[in-house]
Amino acid sequence: MPARTVGHAILRGLRAEIDASQSAVEEAMAQHGYGREALFAVRLALEEALVNAIRHGNRHVPGGQVDFRWSVDGDEARFEVRDQGDGFDPDAVPDPTHDDNLEIPSGRGIMLMKAYMSEVAYRDPGNHVSMVYRRSKDA
Amino acid sequence: MANDSSRLRISAVNDVVRIDFVDRDILDEATIRQIGQDIQRRLEPMSAPKVLMCFAVVEHLSSAALGTLITVNSLVKKKGGMLRLAEIRPEILEVFYITKLNKHFSIDESAAAALKALA
Repeated sequence: MPARTVGHAILRGLRAEIDASQSAVEEAMAQHGYGREALFAVRLALEEALVNAIRHGNRHVPGGQVDFRWSVDGDEARFEVRDQGDGFDPDAVPDPTHDDNLEIPSGRGIMLMKAYMSEVAYRDPGNHVSMVYRRSKDA
Repeated sequence: MANDSSRLRISAVNDVVRIDFVDRDILDEATIRQIGQDIQRRLEPMSAPKVLMCFAVVEHLSSAALGTLITVNSLVKKKGGMLRLAEIRPEILEVFYITKLNKHFSIDESAAAALKALA
């Protein structure tokens, strides 16, 4: 097994592409010995990041692409998701856990990504998100 | 009752509409949209519906799926009915706690407990 496993995919918005990327990451993480809790966390966070990029970033525009890069080693798994949209201000997303917002059906993706990953950072203008899952979180 | 969606198993338990998810993953946007439409179509003609949704086989769900549950809950409440969720795996239940949706939904450990509460 290599010390570090890396992957790269261009996603055009198909469900099968997301599933294939998720499977590749899951396989690599399992090979590096990550447990079920880690696989659940990363799958959930990646789902939100990739769907956000396709749905809100590229707005399902035909021909729109999402650049997805990842790497996994024994200590951490890193992910980069970049769409071709105009970006957004993640700090402007209302807190979905506030009592006034609990009945709003959308807006929980970013908070789930932050809850399950060790690090989540958006780069200006907000169309590129970096996420890290550290082994220490896989208690 | 006949099934509306291959992704759901819908049955009647006395006066309760019981909805079981049949997939391990509730992630795909189109599927989630279809599930929401099927449930809403089923509940639309009912007054004060009593609804039980069981998640026994569900291993992953997305924020979009949570959104559909919120929409269904709003519809049920608007009609003066009751919705209870049951048989949610611990890792999925944690998602409800993280999002604080455990405060928004009535959640039971078992389908039997939910049916008792709906009686």
